[in-house]
Amino acid sequence: MFQKRIVVCLDVRDGKTTKGIRFKGNVDIGDPVVMAEEYYNQGVDELVFYDITASAERRGIMIDVVRRVAEKIFIPFCVGGGIATVDDMSAVILAGAEKVSINSAAVRTPSIITGGARRYGSQCIVLGMDAKVDSSMPSGYGIVIDGGRVKTGKDMLEWAKEAESLGAGEIVLNSIDADGTRDGYEITATRLVSESVGIPVVASGGAGIPDHLVDVLTRGKADAALVASMVHYGDFSVGEIKKVLSESNVPVRLD
Amino acid sequence: MITVVDYEAGNLKSVETALYHLNAEFTISSDPEIIVKSDKVIFPGVGEAKHAMGVLRSRGLDKAIITFASTGKPLFGICLGAQILQDYSEERDTQLLGIIPGDVKLFPSDMDLKVPQIGWNTVSHDSSLLFEGIPQESSFYFVHSYYLSTKLSGGSDSPWIAGRSKYGITFASAVHRDNIWATQFHPEKSGPKGLKLLDNFIRSID
Repeated sequence: MFQKRIVVCLDVRDGKTTKGIRFKGNVDIGDPVVMAEEYYNQGVDELVFYDITASAERRGIMIDVVRRVAEKIFIPFCVGGGIATVDDMSAVILAGAEKVSINSAAVRTPSIITGGARRYGSQCIVLGMDAKVDSSMPSGYGIVIDGGRVKTGKDMLEWAKEAESLGAGEIVLNSIDADGTRDGYEITATRLVSESVGIPVVASGGAGIPDHLVDVLTRGKADAALVASMVHYGDFSVGEIKKVLSESNVPVRLD
Repeated sequence: MITVVDYEAGNLKSVETALYHLNAEFTISSDPEIIVKSDKVIFPGVGEAKHAMGVLRSRGLDKAIITFASTGKPLFGICLGAQILQDYSEERDTQLLGIIPGDVKLFPSDMDLKVPQIGWNTVSHDSSLLFEGIPQESSFYFVHSYYLSTKLSGGSDSPWIAGRSKYGITFASAVHRDNIWATQFHPEKSGPKGLKLLDNFIRSID
């Protein structure tokens, strides 16, 4: 049976993991390679590393993290943050990542999606989208970039469809309104996007308890759910989350 | 010595890392002569069939893989590498190597499912050596839009199929017959069970 995926997201700055609450006040919580191994042992289905390192000259640290993660864990993982060119994509893919995630750069230069898909295949190209409630938009949600600070004037659904047609293989839909609240995912936005595109949609932002994942993977029609704080601070293990999902008849990998 | 065929497939690095982890003795090569003389060959693959066949032909690797397979020594195709061992792919109308009889087809568009299949799916297997020590209905990681049919082109069941999975339709997720091994899923990215399956190939004695 085809299964829903649980994805753990690790924000990495200068080679260390952090988790931001609404993108502010990030605190250090560990070594990304050690954390990746821990989640691998807990049975996570996929990992995402977001590089929030500001300076370009420190990017080499991230490539080293990617290389060390690839040697230790044997499940797919994605790397995002600061990827602006196809050469940036090449660097992380050659270091061992399966997928790259692009967000602000894709809004500024949509052709980067096509360029990446031609070089590595659509399955490698993940579009990260930060959506925010905006009543002036046809779908009711607009796209923001640069950590939620900048409005783009793009409608969430239009952008999702455009990205799919440009060659994105997957969408990570992050709700800026829900991110860091632990009150649950943005079900309406997730469902809207998932029903409008033919590529998988990963729900992101707002997870606090396992029932939130049940909700977004059923009512929200997401193909995968991304979690961060709820596992990083030890409130729940990936195994505990999967147990609740399985008991709620959401198919997940338990072995 | 095991040789991993290098034709710039997307998952070459992951396969290499997994083989290191398993302490396998292996080399990576795009030299047809080295491939033909190997004891075992792993043929990885991610990408598009027609482009991949073009690369293989331009380097003489198509003939090398066919020659190697005919020697009876073990050959393991992964994902696109598995598909290329078949006769024909619907993906841009591509003739393949013809080592495993059958065609590669596109998932139907009328399924209420997303294509490509990206994620973990369970495999019902025939307990062949490929799956030794791996429980029934274990999960493996898949990324694909085209699939290996469980039928031969005449419509009868293929005797080559070692594992079946369901994604809207039932498709062949693993092949094992004589010296030919193949998986549609990525054992190098399927956690401890995927590593066990790769190890079964590495340690196998023909």
